[in-house]
Amino acid sequence: MTDSTRTDYLDLDTKDETFLDATELVLNMGPQHPSTHGVLRVILKLDGEKVLGTECVIGYLHRGVEKIAENRTYAMFNPYVDRMDYVAAVSNGLGYCEAVEKLLSVEAPPRAQYLRVILTELCRIASHQVWLGTHALDIGAITPLFYCFRDREEVLKIFEKYCGARLTTHAFRIGGCIYEAYEGFEQDCKKFCDAFLPKLDEYEELLTTNRIWVERTKGVGILNPEDCIALGVTGPVLRASGVKWDLRKAQPYESYKDFDFEIPTGLHGDTYDRYLVRIEEMRQAVRIIRQAVDGLPQGPIMAKVPKVIKPPVGEVYHSIEAPKGELGYFIVSDASTQPYRIRVRPPSFVNLQALDKMVRGLLVADVVAVIGTLDIVLGEVDR
Amino acid sequence: MIEYIKGYLSSGTTPGEAGNMFWATVYILLVITGVSVAVLCMNWLERKILAHMQIRLGPMRVGPHGLLQPFADALKLLIKEDIIPHDADKFVFWSAPVVVTMTAFTTFLVVPFGRTHAVTDMNIGVLFMLGVSSLGVLGIIMAGWSSNSHYPLMGSLRSSAQMVSYEIAMGLAIVSAVLMTSLQTGTGTLSMIGIVESQAAQHTWFIFKFFPLGFIAFAVFAIAMVAETNRAPFDLPEAESELVAGFHTEYSGFRWSLFFLAEYSAMLAVSSIAVTLWLGGWMRPFPNWLGGTAWDMAFSFLPALTFFVLAAGCFLGTIRMPKIPQFRVQTIGLGTFAALLGFVGLVLLVPGVRVRIQDIYWFVVKVAFFMYLYIWYRGTFPRYRFDQLMKVGWKVLLPTGLGVLIATAIWGLMPQLSAAILGVLQ
Repeated sequence: MTDSTRTDYLDLDTKDETFLDATELVLNMGPQHPSTHGVLRVILKLDGEKVLGTECVIGYLHRGVEKIAENRTYAMFNPYVDRMDYVAAVSNGLGYCEAVEKLLSVEAPPRAQYLRVILTELCRIASHQVWLGTHALDIGAITPLFYCFRDREEVLKIFEKYCGARLTTHAFRIGGCIYEAYEGFEQDCKKFCDAFLPKLDEYEELLTTNRIWVERTKGVGILNPEDCIALGVTGPVLRASGVKWDLRKAQPYESYKDFDFEIPTGLHGDTYDRYLVRIEEMRQAVRIIRQAVDGLPQGPIMAKVPKVIKPPVGEVYHSIEAPKGELGYFIVSDASTQPYRIRVRPPSFVNLQALDKMVRGLLVADVVAVIGTLDIVLGEVDR
Repeated sequence: MIEYIKGYLSSGTTPGEAGNMFWATVYILLVITGVSVAVLCMNWLERKILAHMQIRLGPMRVGPHGLLQPFADALKLLIKEDIIPHDADKFVFWSAPVVVTMTAFTTFLVVPFGRTHAVTDMNIGVLFMLGVSSLGVLGIIMAGWSSNSHYPLMGSLRSSAQMVSYEIAMGLAIVSAVLMTSLQTGTGTLSMIGIVESQAAQHTWFIFKFFPLGFIAFAVFAIAMVAETNRAPFDLPEAESELVAGFHTEYSGFRWSLFFLAEYSAMLAVSSIAVTLWLGGWMRPFPNWLGGTAWDMAFSFLPALTFFVLAAGCFLGTIRMPKIPQFRVQTIGLGTFAALLGFVGLVLLVPGVRVRIQDIYWFVVKVAFFMYLYIWYRGTFPRYRFDQLMKVGWKVLLPTGLGVLIATAIWGLMPQLSAAILGVLQ
């Protein structure tokens, strides 16, 4: 453990010898704190309640996933990626499988692609539900959390029926899917879509026009588009700042080009806009699921992939639009059964950089709101 | 001796006024036990009601429907290790929960549960209550400061600023209610009993007086009292997601439970002020519309009826319990509880008790309404930020309270004013 009174790693604007100045206070938020979403540690330098600067200390959940990959075969490493962003495990698996497929120059058959889209969009909804519940909880509204978790359960039930696991699904394999859609999969998805939209309205009823919610989120943690791009922020955080960048449209992967959906963007780049963007994304996800279920083609679900995966020498970077932003995999192959190096570009890690920029000059209560709105998962930040 | 004891019963006043120390002691003990029991009930009710608002079941394991959960919690807290942080100021740390609890309980001295059911009737009752309850903030500051830790310090600073600023709005709202008492007789009163009697004399609850002025004053008070007791959406001093647990972060076990007790008794106390000042205190509803002895008689059966309904509800629960051996103890427990409630209902039917319990019943029902509101707020609202809280206090509630006070004064003087103007014109 590091000592909270140590100052050498505090890169703050004003250089002080000590923190004995009576007007300043160094507050250590986390790693055990109710609203740092796991084990994030934020060292806050405060003037009363005003934040003068922050310093994120990460690594409390570091498991060396990228290093583990070097000692596993391509297929064996697949379940590990589920443990990074465990809230959106399906998306992680999709990104990895696609990256390896790109390396192998194979493409999943159409039916597998549609199944993948359905499951990742369901996963996007589940991830956003966890975000909404915890974000609202951080701001003090406890009830939405239970509503969100109640409805997330329906998504998890579909996952469970499809592949047996609820959280760390390992739903996809390199070259397609290993499980055929179970009997009644389409109906389940459609039923979920029909039931979910009114429930989304229910969440909105609790929050969108709630005076306190609006006051707490409007104008808080503003990120302008230039800063977003400079910091490499992606996902809903970027789109809420008004940049229409979504990899599903910009570099369509899987069968996303077949579907008709909108990319919601915000105007002000504040916490309220990010909230609205994510809510709208859930609606769009429902739209995509409905189209994909209706157009689910017949055919094989697995491409021809050798039993022992030995990609040719080379490197590949492939990224997908995970619920939290751009999730990229950079894989270097030395033509052996194990990757030479894997580097993950996790959206949470990159988005977390924006924290300091967003909270300077705000109050302590806003720090919590901004951490919530960035939608970070520490498993992915630390890997 | 027996004469002395009987003396109060026929006096028609409070024990304090009658100078009867025996009954005063009895009442003090009754109030302390009553408030403690009410806090236990609130604990269970809050968890249950909040749970049902949030599509959960709440405590279900300890006793039927978790009825024994508060007792289990209390026991756990009592036998828990008592931790005092190494660098804490031990004496202040020790005395802070005592101060908080003492002030919270002392306010109940002047709360009139009925015409004769109060420990004493002070001629400055309202002032006393405000004064003593605002002393509670001292204990919170002591707790936050003596913990020698950042989160409690920030919690206590927030708390002191919040309580001090909301007390002003609260005071202004109270003054406008006190002003209304002077309208009929010309002389106002600060006595809690006097205020209720003045509402009886004017045949209206002050919430409906000078509509909408009385209602606005009541609304100002109702908002300020939530902030005053540090409850959602104004629960910044103990904001869980920001300050971990605020001023009582370092407290555990019995000391923590004292803070808990104090918070809930403070809620009961401010609700009692609201009920006394605006909702007619112990008076039953519709005395004008449904007046007369027959209606009095009918209304006097309501306490017993309430208990019968509760008993019937519990009995229904007993029937609905799964008929398997694992649930036998729970079923018997719930059945016993239903029988107990039914028995209390029967006792309340006894004529002597029936008449005497009336006042207390209506007072408790009205306070319970506020308690429900507290829970409802908690289930619905996000938390205000510190600057927004201050904005609401100083820029909304304070001017509103002041405006209502002036408007009430002018409206109250209207007869004299119009008479004077007419006199000048003639």
